[in-house]
Amino acid sequence: MHRSDPHAIDGKLPAPSARYDVVVIGAGPSGLAAAIEAAKAGKSVLLADEHPVPGAAMGNDVPLFFGGRMTTATLNAERMIETIFISEPALEVAMLAGVEVQLGTAAWAVYRNGPALASLPERVVGLADASRAWLVGFDELVIATGARDLAIGFPGWNQPGVMGAAALTMLLSRYQAFAGKRVLFIGSHDLALETALLAHEKGVDVAGIVEVRDAPQGSAELVQSIHAARIPIHTGDVVARADGGIDGVEHAVLRSGLEIACDTICLAIGVVPSIELLDAMGGKRTLDPMRGGFIPADEPAIRFVGDCAGLPDTGFDHVAYRMEWAQAFGAVSAPDTIVCQCEEVTRADLIGVQPPNYLPRPDAMCARSLETLLHDGPANPDQIKRLTRAGMGVCQGRRCRDQVAMMLALEAGKPFGTIPLATHRAPVRPIPLNILADWEEGDDMRAGWDVWFGIPTQWIPYRDIGTPREQQHQDAIGGNMSL
Amino acid sequence: MKVVVVGGGVTGLSSAWWLARSGAQVTVLDKFIVGWEASGRNGGGASHYQSPLFEEEQRLWPQMDALLGYPTEHSKERIVIAVTEKQLRQYHYIAQMNNDMGYRVDLLDAKQSQAAVPLAGENCLGGMHYRFGGHANPQRTTQAYAWALQDLGGKIVQHSPVSGFETSGGKVVAVESASGRHECDALVVAAGPQTGMLMAKLGVDVPLASARAEMIVTEPAPMMPLGGVDGNGLYGRQTLRGNLAYGGGPHEWIEVGEGGPTARPTSPLTRNLARRLAELFPKAAHLNVIRSWAGVIENTPDGRPVIDRMSDPENVVVATMSGVGFGLSPASGHAVRDLVIEGHCTFTDIAKLSLSRFEGIGADWREARGWLPIT
Ligand SMILES: Cc1cc2nc3c(=O)[nH]c(=O)nc-3n(C[C@H](O)[C@H](O)[C@H](O)COP(=O)(O)OP(=O)(O)OC[C@H]3O[C@@H](n4cnc5c(N)ncnc54)[C@H](O)[C@@H]3O)c2cc1C
Repeated sequence: MHRSDPHAIDGKLPAPSARYDVVVIGAGPSGLAAAIEAAKAGKSVLLADEHPVPGAAMGNDVPLFFGGRMTTATLNAERMIETIFISEPALEVAMLAGVEVQLGTAAWAVYRNGPALASLPERVVGLADASRAWLVGFDELVIATGARDLAIGFPGWNQPGVMGAAALTMLLSRYQAFAGKRVLFIGSHDLALETALLAHEKGVDVAGIVEVRDAPQGSAELVQSIHAARIPIHTGDVVARADGGIDGVEHAVLRSGLEIACDTICLAIGVVPSIELLDAMGGKRTLDPMRGGFIPADEPAIRFVGDCAGLPDTGFDHVAYRMEWAQAFGAVSAPDTIVCQCEEVTRADLIGVQPPNYLPRPDAMCARSLETLLHDGPANPDQIKRLTRAGMGVCQGRRCRDQVAMMLALEAGKPFGTIPLATHRAPVRPIPLNILADWEEGDDMRAGWDVWFGIPTQWIPYRDIGTPREQQHQDAIGGNMSL
Repeated sequence: MKVVVVGGGVTGLSSAWWLARSGAQVTVLDKFIVGWEASGRNGGGASHYQSPLFEEEQRLWPQMDALLGYPTEHSKERIVIAVTEKQLRQYHYIAQMNNDMGYRVDLLDAKQSQAAVPLAGENCLGGMHYRFGGHANPQRTTQAYAWALQDLGGKIVQHSPVSGFETSGGKVVAVESASGRHECDALVVAAGPQTGMLMAKLGVDVPLASARAEMIVTEPAPMMPLGGVDGNGLYGRQTLRGNLAYGGGPHEWIEVGEGGPTARPTSPLTRNLARRLAELFPKAAHLNVIRSWAGVIENTPDGRPVIDRMSDPENVVVATMSGVGFGLSPASGHAVRDLVIEGHCTFTDIAKLSLSRFEGIGADWREARGWLPIT
């Protein structure tokens, strides 16, 4: 006779609280275009975008590397929503076309049935705003999450004022809330040049551009515009250190000895396609150096549009360029240069695979390192993450995941990509417990909840097994025990 | 004596380490990397008063850092707090049951609980304080066993799935794996969910059903005086960094093939875990959840471990821990070592963990319990 297990998940996961023909995640140009097109075709469309993100998330460099350089205006969520609507007229076009637009709404997971998971009533995307989380069903899912900042550390990068190009663009163009006055740019490919020009146009003082290679890397046209704006480009040089005070960066010192006054250093070496949702749902990814790194591969159920599908291929090898920067920053760094800001992991501790400072480091531990670990097989970034805690913090590895992968490749003497990136996990945005919580969970979930498997015999004290006391314990506590 | 251990989880690694300490020449084979399955994905709890290995577990944990030479983050004792009357009744029953066995558990009233657990709230009705048990960091502990084993000259071959065995004269004489053939005088099978499939190749039936279980973790909270706080249908711990790592609730029965789990996805259950954690620790309810994960656990029909030496082939020891294997690992390894070297467990009676209890179990035992994957 087939009985059912009351403590198994079967039938307990809820149906989504809303359903649309098309759900689009990300209201950048590609997401907006996809949403408008679908609405015009008569579909019910939800377009969700996480901006404006809550101040606390911004302070943790989620989802972009804001580096603490946002004005206090960003703390006023309602005003920010207005500002974003004004900055992006296409949002209104979308609404007029019938798209339901939800700003300040982050997608934190996509769930679907597949290997080892058959309990979902249907495919859903998890959404959250500043007050609640919910699940949404869809016929078609379009992911247009864009690209996020690539950070590579150097001495002093772990202070306010060091930020990323995508964050700066966002603050300048959508939030109108950049707090810096004078910015030095790192990198000279199109991203850096475009961001520097945008800053210049918005009245920000651009202190210069630093390029590790011997010539500017961006298109001739952009380089021309940079010259026209009288922005100096320092080629064959790197930022060796950022010095600062209580408010963060005050100046940068280049390897050549040149000192440049600035309150902001913008890492504009590259951006990486935002594939968190795909990766966290177990989707396949592939490395394409020409398109910005790891990008979605063979994922028929979901459409990826815009930068998250891969940067436009202009024949530029982004990965080779980043690796050159990583190597140069490595050379100017010290053993105590921080790699993971959240967990304060230094380069030496990462390469030494050493535990955090609150744990003892006996001799045997000190004798271990990445090198000894490599004797056991290829480096596994998740294993190294668990041992060193690099990437385990509240920014969810946004600031260090990529540079850790690059450092491991450099240390192991292997090409980037032979060592995979540490995986992303749901929720792919940090979300407070009381917001993520399902406060409306069903009776089945509550009734069937057990701390562990609910197997009553599992917890019977050994001496009582096979005695009358066994039944008595089972009746009193069932499977409910603590581990 | 040459011993091959199949499985680089805590059970296999602890066994290997104990065997190496006794002078055996040990090789551990794992299909991927050490601790990648349940051993690196669990709650870290180590308070298994129901087990015959309990006293050995309790004796060993406080010494493990020193014995292994690497930090495990072991922390002593546990507190369990209730937010419903039903929970409180159950916890008090458990307290009594332990006190009857001579394992001290103190009852806490609401005030005492709130004082002992600073993140608890007004909704806390009371609880109990185990003056034993504790928790450790699963990933660090697994790696510590592995490194300690290597320090004793033991070998670990990762990325080396075992595909079969060579027997001769009633013994296993070699193990076939992706890294080739490994000769042995004794074999230990501690392969988690695949234990049954591997033992079947030796003609031994080990009834097991596997399921997926989920956990979540928050950003660091202010440190509580005691990190091992459970309750409200959750198990877990505050890590030494301050993160709250908790699991509990419904599991999903799955089919696991010879290659092991093909995926370890989480589900929207994350939200139900978040809710219970917010209720357990109202003062931490504003903290961000930053990750979730799942692991696969194998269970025997009664949910109790099997630790046993076979009669045919007679040089094989099997250890499958049914969901309580992390905490017991210092002791389960000792028991396995004893079975391999002495032929019996020297420090306690484990007769009721033998495989013979399932002799004659119906082929439909999973159906009878409803322990089947969703179709
Ligand atoms: C979410 C979760 C929470 C838990 N919480 C707790 C807790 O708080 N306290 C507690 O005590 N326990 C807990 N457990 C249970 C505990 O994790 C397991 O009981 C324990 O880790 C089992 O260890 P193991 O070494 O026996 O098996 P596993 O960890 O499953 O290791 C088996 C190993 O064998 C390898 N293997 C399998 N087949 C082959 C093959 N053919 N060839 C080579 N290698 C192979 C696998 O790769 C794997 O590394 C929890 C488990 C989960 C998933």
